[in-house]
Amino acid sequence: MLRLALILLFVLTLPLRAEEVVLGLSQDEVSINTTFDGSEILLFGAIKRETEIPEDELGVVVAIAGPSQTLDVRRKERRLGIWVNVDTVEVDAAPSFYSVSTSGPWSGILSEVEDLRHKISIPRAIRSVGAPSTVEDAQSFTDAIIRIREANGSYVVQEGGVQLTEQTLFQTSVKLPSNLTEGDYTTRIFLTRGGKVVSQYETTIDVRKVGLERWLYTLSRENAMLYGLMSLAIAIAAGWGASAAFRLLRHG
Amino acid sequence: MQIYLPIAEVSVNAFLLLGLGGLVGVLSGMFGVGGGFLMTPLLFFIGIPPAVAVATEANQIVASSFSGVLAHFRRKTVDLRMGTVLLVGGLVGAALGVYVFNYLKAQGQVDLLVKLCYVVFLGIIGGMMFFESLNAIRNTRKGKAPKRKKHNWIHGLPFKMRFRTSGLYISVIPPVIVGVCVGILAAIMGVGGGFIMVPAMIYLLGMPTKVVVGTSLFQIIFVTAFTTMLHATTNFTVDIVLAVLLLVGGVIGAQIGTQIGTRMKAEQLRILLAMMVLAVCFKLALDLLIEPSELYSIGAGGH
Repeated sequence: MLRLALILLFVLTLPLRAEEVVLGLSQDEVSINTTFDGSEILLFGAIKRETEIPEDELGVVVAIAGPSQTLDVRRKERRLGIWVNVDTVEVDAAPSFYSVSTSGPWSGILSEVEDLRHKISIPRAIRSVGAPSTVEDAQSFTDAIIRIREANGSYVVQEGGVQLTEQTLFQTSVKLPSNLTEGDYTTRIFLTRGGKVVSQYETTIDVRKVGLERWLYTLSRENAMLYGLMSLAIAIAAGWGASAAFRLLRHG
Repeated sequence: MQIYLPIAEVSVNAFLLLGLGGLVGVLSGMFGVGGGFLMTPLLFFIGIPPAVAVATEANQIVASSFSGVLAHFRRKTVDLRMGTVLLVGGLVGAALGVYVFNYLKAQGQVDLLVKLCYVVFLGIIGGMMFFESLNAIRNTRKGKAPKRKKHNWIHGLPFKMRFRTSGLYISVIPPVIVGVCVGILAAIMGVGGGFIMVPAMIYLLGMPTKVVVGTSLFQIIFVTAFTTMLHATTNFTVDIVLAVLLLVGGVIGAQIGTQIGTRMKAEQLRILLAMMVLAVCFKLALDLLIEPSELYSIGAGGH
């Protein structure tokens, strides 16, 4: 609350310009450690402006996107009585995580054209260029990504998830799931009036594996031989240790 | 307590993994098998990516086999010569298996292959064991002694070698072939292959039962160690945190299982194991036969 008040003070004392976003984040860094079990980020901010509040209704859209990945989406079909992957479509770029929150219903806040330009809604955030000619309904593969990832909490839409006060203060919270991929999470905030984007603000949230997780992951990629030998050494030590310990228990 | 696995990139309950390790450990101690054939499908069920489950399970088997083989070394029930011959075949098989695994991974068919292998082998082994132990129980009721074939076509093959600990003088070809097959399976399915090798050694090679388990464990250590290294260096799919959690539960469970096992009759144990194997097989077969609720699946692209 204090921070909100400070932002408000800051906004009011500044010389007035066009409508702009001033943003605060509860954390701009997420550390994945051994006990990581998801995280929640609180975004809050204010809108500073030089003119009178325009008549069109104000909308706020907050979109957070995880690092993009190239994906192979496969579809099963029944062949010889069993379900086998048959068709594959490569999707060029799909964010590993995507969350979009709005201050009201989609239709009132963002027009189709603006969505297309800024790639805000989930279907627009996924880029799929070409499907092989053997696959007819390429769109169903993109739909499948959205369906699967919405089901496991990787893609989230919160219509009305942004609370807007007096057309000036806004806040929302975004849950990050436990199966998070590391990377830069692009956070974009859009101000819209009458379906048009009037202002845009962008920042990044840094998601990193830390400590043991970081060390093991890096080792497994950069020094795979050593990592493999270490896994074996641990296994052999544990096997030997268990055998010795239980022999002691039995005889002693 | 949730633990984030650095390679699998999922967060799972640590106690669930310890419990799973312990449960499979108890069963493996009771029945004298590695338990990989049970653990890997269980890992699929709790949401570990199949490639990680297979590679990590190979690493865990190194631990449980090493623990087991030490006891057999003390009892001198390891045929080192036979073990080495099986091992040569096993390493060739493991290399082939990882090659096949990577090829199919690129084709998007690796899950299918792993599951098919499981259904086929669990079905065959489970079925065979079930009927064999049913017969054994019937025979002991009637008071007949079990018979074992002493001579078959295997004794006619060339390149004979003497295996003193096993008391055998046979060709090296059958053990090498058994080794290759087990090696391929170890790489593809993430199992030690004990549940296939043990029957093969008894029924095909005619080895005395008392040296079979030790010798099989001896060669499994090297084959799974080799598989672990191959997976770690080519696929980067060995999750060391997952392996540690599983093997801690596993080695403790195995000791408890051994205690339970000594109080039960051999045929009863075998028939229980057979039913369990068939149950896992049945569940996996259903997944392949029934229309899945989600026809699409997402895999990492860019090959």
